[in-house]
Amino acid sequence: MAEQAAMRQPIESGCPDGFQYMHPLMIKNYGNWKYHDRPRPGVLHHVAHSGDEIWTVRAGTQRQLGPYEINLLCDIVDRYADGYVRFTIRSNLEIMVDKAERVEPLIEALTDAGYPVGGTGNSVTMISHTQGWLHCDIPGTDASGVVKSLMDELYEEFIHEEMPNRVHITTSCCQINCGGQGDIAINIQHTKPPKINHDLVANVCERPSVVARCPVAAIRPAMVNGKPSLEVDEKKCVCCGACYPPCPPMQINDPEHSKIAIWVGGKNSNARSKPMFHKLVAAGIPNNPPRWPEAAAIVKNILRVYKEDAKDWERVGDWVTRIGWPRFFELTGLPFTKFHIDNWRGSRASLNASTHIRF
Amino acid sequence: MQKTPKNPAKHATFVPKDKKSTKPFHNTPMLDQLESGPWPSFVTGLKRLAHENNMMVDLLGQLEHSYKTRTGYWKGGTVSVFGYGGGIIPRFSEVAKMFPESKEFHTLRVQPPAGNHYTTKILRQLSDSWNKWGSGLIAFHGQTGNIMFIGTTSENTQHFFDEVNAYGFDLGGAGPCVRTAMSCVGAARCEQSNCNEQKIHRLLVNNFIDDMHRPALPYKFKFKVSGCPNDCMNSIQRADMAVIGTWRDDMQVDQKEVRAFVASRGRKYVIDNVVSRCPTQALSLNDDDTLDVDNRNCVRCMHCINVMTKALSPGKEKGVTVLIGGKRTLKIGDTMGTVIVPFMALETDEDYEQLKEIAVNTIDFWAENGLEHERCGEMIERIGLVNFLEGIGREVDPNMINHPRTISYIRTDEWDKEAEKWFDRKQQAAG
Repeated sequence: MAEQAAMRQPIESGCPDGFQYMHPLMIKNYGNWKYHDRPRPGVLHHVAHSGDEIWTVRAGTQRQLGPYEINLLCDIVDRYADGYVRFTIRSNLEIMVDKAERVEPLIEALTDAGYPVGGTGNSVTMISHTQGWLHCDIPGTDASGVVKSLMDELYEEFIHEEMPNRVHITTSCCQINCGGQGDIAINIQHTKPPKINHDLVANVCERPSVVARCPVAAIRPAMVNGKPSLEVDEKKCVCCGACYPPCPPMQINDPEHSKIAIWVGGKNSNARSKPMFHKLVAAGIPNNPPRWPEAAAIVKNILRVYKEDAKDWERVGDWVTRIGWPRFFELTGLPFTKFHIDNWRGSRASLNASTHIRF
Repeated sequence: MQKTPKNPAKHATFVPKDKKSTKPFHNTPMLDQLESGPWPSFVTGLKRLAHENNMMVDLLGQLEHSYKTRTGYWKGGTVSVFGYGGGIIPRFSEVAKMFPESKEFHTLRVQPPAGNHYTTKILRQLSDSWNKWGSGLIAFHGQTGNIMFIGTTSENTQHFFDEVNAYGFDLGGAGPCVRTAMSCVGAARCEQSNCNEQKIHRLLVNNFIDDMHRPALPYKFKFKVSGCPNDCMNSIQRADMAVIGTWRDDMQVDQKEVRAFVASRGRKYVIDNVVSRCPTQALSLNDDDTLDVDNRNCVRCMHCINVMTKALSPGKEKGVTVLIGGKRTLKIGDTMGTVIVPFMALETDEDYEQLKEIAVNTIDFWAENGLEHERCGEMIERIGLVNFLEGIGREVDPNMINHPRTISYIRTDEWDKEAEKWFDRKQQAAG
């Protein structure tokens, strides 16, 4: 009791009010902005009904920041801007200034410090990523390393606006897909059922909830070597790894057989078409640290074809919808296989029930 | 590509000469390869921290070991701060014998200010606190929207929390609970905003603070708020409850600016990139280079407004659309949110109260009826939308569907009664 009494009671304040940290011009013109334009890649210019103007300079970061990076960036913001920043959903740092002439010195300072300015409009913006080997308990690959490798390769596309429309790339280290939908998604795809350590299952796993977790009912309780455990019907198993988080002795990750798959055409926006899920285009790609060259080559190839063939304002998904999937496979040179044909519930809606065929 | 930095001590590639950590570095030949290239390197960042503390020396060793063996080595556990049941992601190393200094490497999920606004002062303050009690490494932000303070011991989670909690920060969710929410920059800087995103964000999530800190729901529940249908917060596909700004009167057209746009970009550009891209063919370019809008058939997709930012803007009668049930793969496959409220104004306190009530009813019904580890969207798939609507006390609306049913396997015993309800509602709406 004495120890408990010494503990500090939490203040359950929840989500902090953003206004205490906002640029004064944003507070003053809250809800009263008129229009925006982009004077150059990496810069947004917003004009309010009041006539006030604000410029935002967007810089890419490595997402994982330490005191050195935070102080380095904050020193720049304090010297060249007004001390106010925000982060985008894709870990880009946005720095606001109140005068046009302050934009270029700020860009120069960021560039001199090794931080790229870009990621606006029709660029390839920062790849959204998950935790991977750095911190996750179930990852098949790393996230930061994949992103760093790819952003090195796509650097020019980040600092320029030369794509038909914005490109949002995502990565995920397991099939739960925390990285979410993307114009291009680079995700782990397991190819072998879990390897079970039967000595540990009974002590570590709540067996009924593991059985319930399987999307294809391939797991059942069993006695193995006289111990209560779980067994997997390997013919039914779709190797999704859903059993692994609730039951770590069911190891799904495999240095050789956990592969990378690439998906395209995911889109969250309602612009033009309704939101779309990304679709599988390539699998069986080696999980090859530290720079994942095979996955990077496929992504760059898809981006090259998209850049050449898509119309202005077409997202990857819009573009493929217009040209059709046969053309997508033709233009990218990627193989079309039986694995591309969906067989999950509702899959008949994804089959071509028409004579609409391009030649 | 890589130029020599003007000031190497103030550059993303800087590595200090002075080593304060007492443990020698592990060899990291694979990670070292991620230090080259133009993008700022997280590995260089980790190395800087390894100059400061032994925990990061061993963390780098373990990460290199993961790269070499292509295997992860963290396992979960139970760590919490006093009074809470969630908000911390415990990580214990499975290779602690090789890398003992980072054997405990927990993450605290902390809710960022709504809209992700920071001053340099508060960023430095958060960084200082984490440097004192943890590894110094912070992720801005995780996929759910948390600031993730990565890497500390079980004991120091409490000290760090006590320190940041005292100056206004609180933990987010982890486990089967209401999770940290997200909202876009919205009204703070975007002319396309149709609602007060930050207010909605805080109203919703702070109403469920108990459900966030003490996980007792079937599974996770996420709120996301986007100010317009561009949905920068990815809410339809990622949120159990998506609140998206929209408008229901005519969109605003400044014909003078339309003419100026046509003059500068040309008619072909406008026809090819604006008029013919409208998903409902609601646009037409007049002979005098003004724009004709069929507002009755505009679905507020935002495309033309995105292209002609100066000439076109959302209407004035603003509000929100609410969708329920978005999530990714597990367990039944991806589901997008479904429209539950086609339009509601958010002007008065009563309006906001009504939005809160929708969230309360949804979470209450799901908490009662959802199976273990079943997201709200999966429950809707299992029981059908109509049962869900009846459960939360909302009437059906044709905006909730793409098209009516195509299968005749349905009992229509009470058709007349249901038809009567529809006509009654229409009459009520007409006033």
